[in-house]
Amino acid sequence: MENWSLVSVCVLLGLTTRWAVSFSSYSGAGKPPMFGDYEAQRHWQEVTYNLPVQEWYFNTTDNDLGYWGLDYPPLTAYHSLLCGHVAKLINPAWVELRTSRGFESAAHKLFMRTTVLFADILIYFPAVILYCIYLSDGSSKRKVATALCILLYPGLILIDYGHFQYNSVSLALTLWGIVGLGLGWNLLGALAFSLALNYKQMELYHSLPFFCFLLGKCIKQGLMGRGLLLLVKISLTVLVTFALCWWPFLSDPQQILQVLHRLFPVDRGLFEDKVANTWCSLNVLIKIKTLLSRDTQLLLSFALTLLSILPSSIKLLTKPTLWQFKLALVSDEKPVCLMMNELPLMAVWFLLISTFSMLPLLLKDGLLLPYTVTSLAFLYLGVYLLSHQIPCLTDVFFCSNRKGALHLVFLQFTVSLVAMAGLSFTSMVLEPPARLPDLFPVLVSVFSFLHFLAMLLYFNLVQLTEPSSKKSQKKTN
Amino acid sequence: MAAPMIAEWSWFVALAFGVSFIKCLLLNAYHSTDFEVHRNWLAVTHSLPVSQWYYESTSEWTLDYPPFFAWFEYGLSHVAKYFDKEMLVVQNLNYASPATVLFQRLSVIFTDLVFIYAVKECCKCCREDKGKDLLGKSSFILATLLLWNFGLLIVDHIHFQYNGFLFGVLLLSVARHFQKRHLEGALLFAVLLNLKHIYLYVAPAYGIFLLRCFCFTQNNADGSLQWRSFSPLRLVALGLIVLSTFAVSFGPFIVKGQLQQVISRLFPFKRGLCHAYWAPNIWALYNIADKALSILGVKLKLLDMSKFSKASMTGGLVQEFQHSVLPSVSPLITLICTLLSILPAVFSIWRRPNGARGFLRCMVICALGSFLFGWHVHEKAILMAILPLSLLAVESKEDARTFLILSTTGHFSLFPLLFTAQELPIKILLMLLFTIFSFSSLTKLFSKSGPLLNSVEVAYLLGLVPLELICEFVYPLTSWQHTLPFIPLLLTSVYCALGVLYSFIRLYLSVLTAPSTTGKAKSQ
Repeated sequence: MENWSLVSVCVLLGLTTRWAVSFSSYSGAGKPPMFGDYEAQRHWQEVTYNLPVQEWYFNTTDNDLGYWGLDYPPLTAYHSLLCGHVAKLINPAWVELRTSRGFESAAHKLFMRTTVLFADILIYFPAVILYCIYLSDGSSKRKVATALCILLYPGLILIDYGHFQYNSVSLALTLWGIVGLGLGWNLLGALAFSLALNYKQMELYHSLPFFCFLLGKCIKQGLMGRGLLLLVKISLTVLVTFALCWWPFLSDPQQILQVLHRLFPVDRGLFEDKVANTWCSLNVLIKIKTLLSRDTQLLLSFALTLLSILPSSIKLLTKPTLWQFKLALVSDEKPVCLMMNELPLMAVWFLLISTFSMLPLLLKDGLLLPYTVTSLAFLYLGVYLLSHQIPCLTDVFFCSNRKGALHLVFLQFTVSLVAMAGLSFTSMVLEPPARLPDLFPVLVSVFSFLHFLAMLLYFNLVQLTEPSSKKSQKKTN
Repeated sequence: MAAPMIAEWSWFVALAFGVSFIKCLLLNAYHSTDFEVHRNWLAVTHSLPVSQWYYESTSEWTLDYPPFFAWFEYGLSHVAKYFDKEMLVVQNLNYASPATVLFQRLSVIFTDLVFIYAVKECCKCCREDKGKDLLGKSSFILATLLLWNFGLLIVDHIHFQYNGFLFGVLLLSVARHFQKRHLEGALLFAVLLNLKHIYLYVAPAYGIFLLRCFCFTQNNADGSLQWRSFSPLRLVALGLIVLSTFAVSFGPFIVKGQLQQVISRLFPFKRGLCHAYWAPNIWALYNIADKALSILGVKLKLLDMSKFSKASMTGGLVQEFQHSVLPSVSPLITLICTLLSILPAVFSIWRRPNGARGFLRCMVICALGSFLFGWHVHEKAILMAILPLSLLAVESKEDARTFLILSTTGHFSLFPLLFTAQELPIKILLMLLFTIFSFSSLTKLFSKSGPLLNSVEVAYLLGLVPLELICEFVYPLTSWQHTLPFIPLLLTSVYCALGVLYSFIRLYLSVLTAPSTTGKAKSQ
């Protein structure tokens, strides 16, 4: 088969899976008064369409910030505005000020799901395809297999097309940034990542690697001369992008402050719900939430976050290659997709864990079926395609002359999978004991957290002890 | 050792799992009234004694499949009771609780295992491709074309039917004939006829083939019939198999004196020439010609408008279509037309059989002929021609060409089955998936001998794109949507009828001009 047809088949499979998942329920379906993220997105369309820009982030009679107030940067708001315009054309009742709260209908659900699909097709899919074609190694078959695995990553599909969000947009913009930087189009990369930052402030996690990568490149080209010029150009690009995105808010410092206040709600505690991070897990043993004061919690969180990504970023500064860049990025879950080609087993493993970590949320949204099917499909596909890259995977369990380390890793992988399956099953089927109502979500969180920690250590290890032979053949810019 | 065998078929398992995952994701998609039909049959077979099965009419969806399918539903109903007992109550019309949907959908996915097994057997009959990479192997292409067949996916797993299971039996029977296990093949086909009698469409092919190639054990030197090699033993064996199968199936009803009732349920000829949505066959073209002529006649004042019934001028697609200008068509006429259309092909394999492949080709022609000329044909019946043709498509360039045209138009003609907005992206995406794959892989397979389709054929197929855009996107936004809502269906069915007819003609030409596999006297 021709390459273009293989790529088309992958794209179509990815789109089919997404749309089939969209048949399922969304967050907060039929649950007044607050509903869920779906209602939040619809509400933002209502707010941005009906109110002037100056009121979007402020608490007014028309804009009750307590009811899903805007807490993403301006680009999300503009996206909602665009969707709001389209919604008004189709059915004005969808975005009527105040009266459209809690609006639910089959046609509306179709509209909302279509907006996600549209954004995916426009931005995310091209980014993934370009990334796989130009920035990954191997035969064209391997690139296509990588693309397919990335496109079928369940976590993103379930959250975007099930729970309902637009994560694919920010991820796609970041990916465009990576593609840009990887291909040597530094300004495009900087532009794309700035846009990503202006879409979701969570991308700040990735900003340090981006910053160090670009700075490292500039230093490499000599800080006096071409390097400086590059630095100036990049800075200008970033500044202009930010200025354009924040244009309506620049006139009044109060506006800027309010937006920042909404983006970084330091009033909220260290964690909400049960999340698979350090604090939630630590809280099980030491009641951090009550022990430390609010400000101390904040400082500690900030310091440790910075500390966790500092080593990789410093290494990146000294050695700005694409491989180092990818390793540095992988402190967050979703970019683990990027490792699909080079470290397929790890990528598949950790992407499964990241999907699994969202199980309590997915169960609440009624996404049991898509979760099971997409996770199983991703696991099967990953292992099947892997087994063609590592010869005779099936023989690993029969032959005895494979390296002991590989054996051990597969053993751990299998144990981890069994544990995930077991926990999933019990979460779905059993009732938790009355004394510990949150038993299963907490177990899921702690389990996932331990894996994430291991992943962080593993990738840092890979980065710091980089063996000279294989990795030096990665693309350098 | 088991490991190489597993590795050899791992791609097949991957294909099967992959399509099964998609089927699972479609669990919550739209389902048609066929869902209620099967739920009703579950209830009827479970709750009522056998003597009542073909008399029960609480629901409008009475049992109209042969007894073996009723027993199949009976078997399923014993599993159904663990999901939701309420679905087995006959009075619970249109009962569709989540557990019911889950059970019914899973039952289709599960019974598809028969289809998967049959596909594997068919792949084993493909010729060996040594040295080609996986994606270029004809067995891989065949497996994908069958397992991921668009028509089967949307008819079975969205619209809701059990065609996978039934076509599995059909393809298994074909595979057995390829493997020269003719008695098994005959048994499977006899069972299939008692599961769904629509397969009578291809019974002539089976009958003549088995008579010619199984009962007569040898051919003359020039490939013609050697009358002396008739084997009465084989004929008796065949007869016993077929008769005993029918006896087991219809026996209980004959004993109870219910045979006439069963037959009347199975063959309800009171329905019209065409289904409410015209299947893309000859009669669709006939209807449109009739309508066009009548409009022309009225305009040219050759005909008196008062003679026509009101409905025929402005009415939509009605079951009882009154022909105004051209002569009306009765069931007998359709039967005669069908027989006439398949007779040359059947004669051809009698005179010069081409082994199992010739039989398969004749089978496809019988299916297509019955589709084109039959009475009250359902557009889903096109699958009976497309699926077996896949086997021929991976082996011969001409057949690949015909397959591409038939499958694309045939699949497109199934679009009106899924008319909901939510399923629109799914049907377009899956159609694109199948079409791109089939075109790309078959072109690559026969790349050595030039392009597969000529420009006229390509233009015709590309014309499906604007047709779809007009029918599903543009037309609903116009004012005609309310006054003449049937126009998109009419356009679809007429446009596709041309493609189906063209494929039929091409297939016939390939049969009539095929060189016979003569040589020495062959013994079968």
